[in-house]
Amino acid sequence: MPASDSACTKQMIDNRLSYTLGSSVEGINLAEDIARRAAAEAGFQEEEIHVISMAVREAAINAAQHGNRCDPNKKVQLLVEKEPDRLQITIRDEGKGFDPAQVQDPLAPGNLLRQSGRGIFLIRSYMDEVRFRRLESGMEAVLVKHLRGAPAEHKENPKL
Amino acid sequence: MMKVSSRQVDGVTIVDLSGRITLGEGSVVLRDTIRELVAKGRKEILLNLGDVTYIDSSGIGELVSAFTTIRNQGGELKLLNLTKKVHDLLQITKLYTVFDISDDEAAAVRSFKKQA
Repeated sequence: MPASDSACTKQMIDNRLSYTLGSSVEGINLAEDIARRAAAEAGFQEEEIHVISMAVREAAINAAQHGNRCDPNKKVQLLVEKEPDRLQITIRDEGKGFDPAQVQDPLAPGNLLRQSGRGIFLIRSYMDEVRFRRLESGMEAVLVKHLRGAPAEHKENPKL
Repeated sequence: MMKVSSRQVDGVTIVDLSGRITLGEGSVVLRDTIRELVAKGRKEILLNLGDVTYIDSSGIGELVSAFTTIRNQGGELKLLNLTKKVHDLLQITKLYTVFDISDDEAAAVRSFKKQA
């Protein structure tokens, strides 16, 4: 069952859809639902929709749990931008931020059986472009997936 | 929501899971299920993931934790019936090499007996 939209606010800013979500499991589930819907509307195939929703879920978990430390007063912002050839989803938190270079490799033999530490790896595995940036107050993750054979390409010369 | 039920086949506990193993929901249910089985002395466990539709990093963490918990108790935890999505996830995280995985329930049950 799709989660209720009552747990978030939604608005249009500069042609981007902006959602403000709580730092909770419900907020994380909503982020996943929003990403799935946006990916479907953008024209991605089922498998890609699944991995996009997973990547955004992982980014929302990072933002809510590690960034905002589940503080109910801190919010997670989700920005959805659909271009003809790509979908870009930005996730921002209000936490202290982190250095992505310091995140351990979950595939290293000594880390394989660790219980946590796979989120950022999964995000990078599933998306085409991933950028992390420290904000004045918080962290921003920009996730991009390219639409193969997108409508932006010349219709008379389909590349698929 | 995740549903869970367990059955005994030739001394092996088969845990049938369905739904999502994700943060705050399925992950907790899986953790509690493993904890209860260990408390009852059940250490030969086959997790049937055939009806699991979605696993996130928290769910993977819980699977790994279940694996090491059972192993530390001298038992074994194996996986049965992976969907393509779950298979791909375990492959990408290299856990496919860690877990003993089967598509054949009877063969999987026998594989425990062999080592017992």
